Amino acid sequence: MKESLGTTGLILNEPLLWEKGKKGRCGFSIPRRDVESCPLDEDLTCEGPDFPDLSEVDVVRHYTRLSQWNFGVDSGMYPLGSCTMKYSPKTNEKQAGLSGFSGAHPLLPANLSQGALKIMFEFEQYLAEITGMDATTLQPAAGAHGELTGMLLIYAFHKSKGVRRSKIIIPDTAHGTNPASVTLCGYRPVSVRSNEQGILSAEAIADVMDDDTAGIMVTNPNTLGLFEENIQKIAEIVHSKDGLVYCDGANMNAVMGIVQMGKIGVDIIHLNLHKTFSTPHGGGGPGSGPVCVKRHLESFLPVPRVIQENGRFILAENYPESIDKVSAFHGNFGVMIKAYSYIRSMGPKNLKKASQLAVLNANYIKERLKRTLHLAFDRPCMHECVFSDKYQVAHKVMTLDMAKRLMDYGFHPPTIYFPLVVNGAIMIEPTETESKEDLDQYIEAFKAIVNEARENPDLLHEAPKSCKVKRLDEAAAARKPCLAG
Amino acid sequence: MLYLPHTSEEIASMLKVVGVDDLDGLFSTVPEDCRLRDNLNLPEALSEWELNDHMASISGSMAVSPEYKVFMGAGSYEHFIPASVSYLLGRSEFVTSYTPYQPEMSQGTLQAIYEYQTLVARLLGMEIATASHYDGATALAESLLMAVRITKKRKVAISSLIHPLYRRVVQTYFNPTGYEVLELKYLKNGMTDFTKLDEMDDLAAVAVQSPNFLGCIENLQAIGERAHAKKALFISSFTEALAYGYLKNPGSQGADIVCGEGQSLGIPQAFGGPALGILASRKEYMRSLPGRLVGQTKDLDGKRGFVLTLATREQHIRREKATSNICTNNSLCALAAAMYMASVGGTGIRELARLNHDKAEYLKKELKKAGFKISFDSPTFNEFVVEFPPDFEVTYKRLLERKIIAGLFLAPYYPELANHYLLCVTETKSMDEMDELVSKLRN
Repeated sequence: MKESLGTTGLILNEPLLWEKGKKGRCGFSIPRRDVESCPLDEDLTCEGPDFPDLSEVDVVRHYTRLSQWNFGVDSGMYPLGSCTMKYSPKTNEKQAGLSGFSGAHPLLPANLSQGALKIMFEFEQYLAEITGMDATTLQPAAGAHGELTGMLLIYAFHKSKGVRRSKIIIPDTAHGTNPASVTLCGYRPVSVRSNEQGILSAEAIADVMDDDTAGIMVTNPNTLGLFEENIQKIAEIVHSKDGLVYCDGANMNAVMGIVQMGKIGVDIIHLNLHKTFSTPHGGGGPGSGPVCVKRHLESFLPVPRVIQENGRFILAENYPESIDKVSAFHGNFGVMIKAYSYIRSMGPKNLKKASQLAVLNANYIKERLKRTLHLAFDRPCMHECVFSDKYQVAHKVMTLDMAKRLMDYGFHPPTIYFPLVVNGAIMIEPTETESKEDLDQYIEAFKAIVNEARENPDLLHEAPKSCKVKRLDEAAAARKPCLAG
Repeated sequence: MLYLPHTSEEIASMLKVVGVDDLDGLFSTVPEDCRLRDNLNLPEALSEWELNDHMASISGSMAVSPEYKVFMGAGSYEHFIPASVSYLLGRSEFVTSYTPYQPEMSQGTLQAIYEYQTLVARLLGMEIATASHYDGATALAESLLMAVRITKKRKVAISSLIHPLYRRVVQTYFNPTGYEVLELKYLKNGMTDFTKLDEMDDLAAVAVQSPNFLGCIENLQAIGERAHAKKALFISSFTEALAYGYLKNPGSQGADIVCGEGQSLGIPQAFGGPALGILASRKEYMRSLPGRLVGQTKDLDGKRGFVLTLATREQHIRREKATSNICTNNSLCALAAAMYMASVGGTGIRELARLNHDKAEYLKKELKKAGFKISFDSPTFNEFVVEFPPDFEVTYKRLLERKIIAGLFLAPYYPELANHYLLCVTETKSMDEMDELVSKLRN
């Protein structure tokens, strides 16, 4: 085995912001005062918030030290299943930083914002092409926001037909956001179990689909990393009762250029630009969750829509059936620029190649680890594979212990305890940007940890040892919450 | 392709391990009739250098500072952002990490968000704040839904001087729920008319924005008292976070929930997003808050550390019973705001906020001197409404040609305010630039 990535290094301590500083310091170049003082009535004003006063150096050291306690894709492999932690190309950051984009006011007249509108117009078309749909809205600010938008579209669709339906079908392999999005829209989620192969059977859907069910929300490929093979039959069943098929496209990274969801019965799909289209995850956002629909749902999309008229782009508001706005302005434009740049850099062939290699990487890990860890479903996977701690339980070692020990080897753990349908799940999504050497090193680390689980389980129970902090007491944090200092 | 590291030899050896002949063979579980036969119809790949040219030419067509002088706010504000903030925000340990599910490896993000929650709570005079939301509009919608959950009442009253686009988002969220949104009209002085509150029943919340969309500073205390008399929660919204460097904060005026937009705190305008939804509340409502929260705890050695907490409210555990469907926050935007607040500091933010106010007052005074009418006489922060003569549209267009954007035309949002424009002045505008605006308006 190669030398482990994990090592001990010099990590600096750093207090909280307000434990530093001296009154009167400032890390901001306050502009010269060129107008007279003109104070407001004292009844309206205060002394200013209780912020610490820090110098620029204080602030720079503070955040530089904090950043060193973090681990990102740029630090190493970060195979969180369902999150698609692929490499975020640096040129995309540069494009989003162009002053014409970053400095643009969202309410600029259309004739002064042709560039932004052109990008949005083209980008909508690219996403519609990738998903095989007819129209796109870029307004949702994140994947879950896209789901909510999708549910609002379903609600508006049925309302336009003069009916109100009360249920949405959701498989047990769904993301946790799915049932929550459905509930926000006043629907009741109806859970359906996946079959012994880890996918939905058409019969299971036929059993629950009725005239009071507005549609189905299906993640494809699903959260077990498996393609929903019966999707076309399922769509037929749902459509036969005038329901709609919503696809959670969080796992689109497996099938770009391989499957167009719009061609296999899907009516609505959301995409996560921070997953499939390489925009950085930012420690938990900002994301962006565009929604693509088939023609029969286009009139319900949020407004304003970007349209082209006589070679100019305009923002059109006149869509009486629209669900109206889901964000104050146009959505996360800065994120769109990065995803647009990614698609332009990749082109159609490399997008397909990316999906093929993402699936290759996941299957390679699956094959090489399946004698080490228990594999939940032993069949070809898509972009991710799901193991469990079944073989380690005898040594009193759990998924959590193995995950924490991976940190000492210099890797970010996979997603753990999700999906819920697999006990002690270990969900690995390597993505296409990891090379074979990196995968091999991850595999070797996992094998070494499984050996340790047999020979010296305490090493795992006490892990991690080389992070800034040891295992944290999450129960205490929830019992006596301290959310501000 | 530079982002795809596999050589053909590596692909061949990996395929062998997997036991398939070629890359297509990996997709055996995708039925034949589900597969796309043709290539995607997308433009061919650009090199990095071609992309640079392409994007530079597109971005070049946008009307932005410093070439344009933009006197428009209305929910998106031009403020200076220190190079140190942009530089620190680019640290890839922050940028390329994800939601801190594994706290031991994410202490940087977690401490930074804990500090953000604290600074935001202090700015707004509240006890706690969430780890951030999408934008000010969705933060308001989530706050109103939160009030419905807490009070178990079905109606909310919102001021017509809350940002018109925020009100539309609220209506979108409320449409399928069966809860009702009632609107409070406004008075001639540019303030919310809350006398009609007495006639409204079953109110979960009363929401106002201050400074409101017309720029006027609302009497939060008086509205709060009315709301509480109706046993409704008092929600105070905002679009210009910097105002609370100078104005009394909503917490001190009795607000139960404070929500709004934090873009002013070091986040580029970026055509409206990504932005920063801020949501803060009194501690008693902690378990009803939507979205992520970071809390302090200890590690095995008793050392201070931070974790995501109170997850039992959230969708990944409670599923359909969650307080919200929100999965991510806008973490990097929250981080930018924290860096900005740390840089400007307590002394600095008051000075900067005062400068915004005083500059706006200067323009107001000069416009008055030039014979233009200031529509509302209530105190304002850095935005105010001017009523221009009926033929002003021509002047406005002429100014656009001279690269000056003389505010936002209000009639599309408030049809009764024909010829009224909402102007904004921040620290980025010099006296000379304001003088130039006034002189060009005159001619």
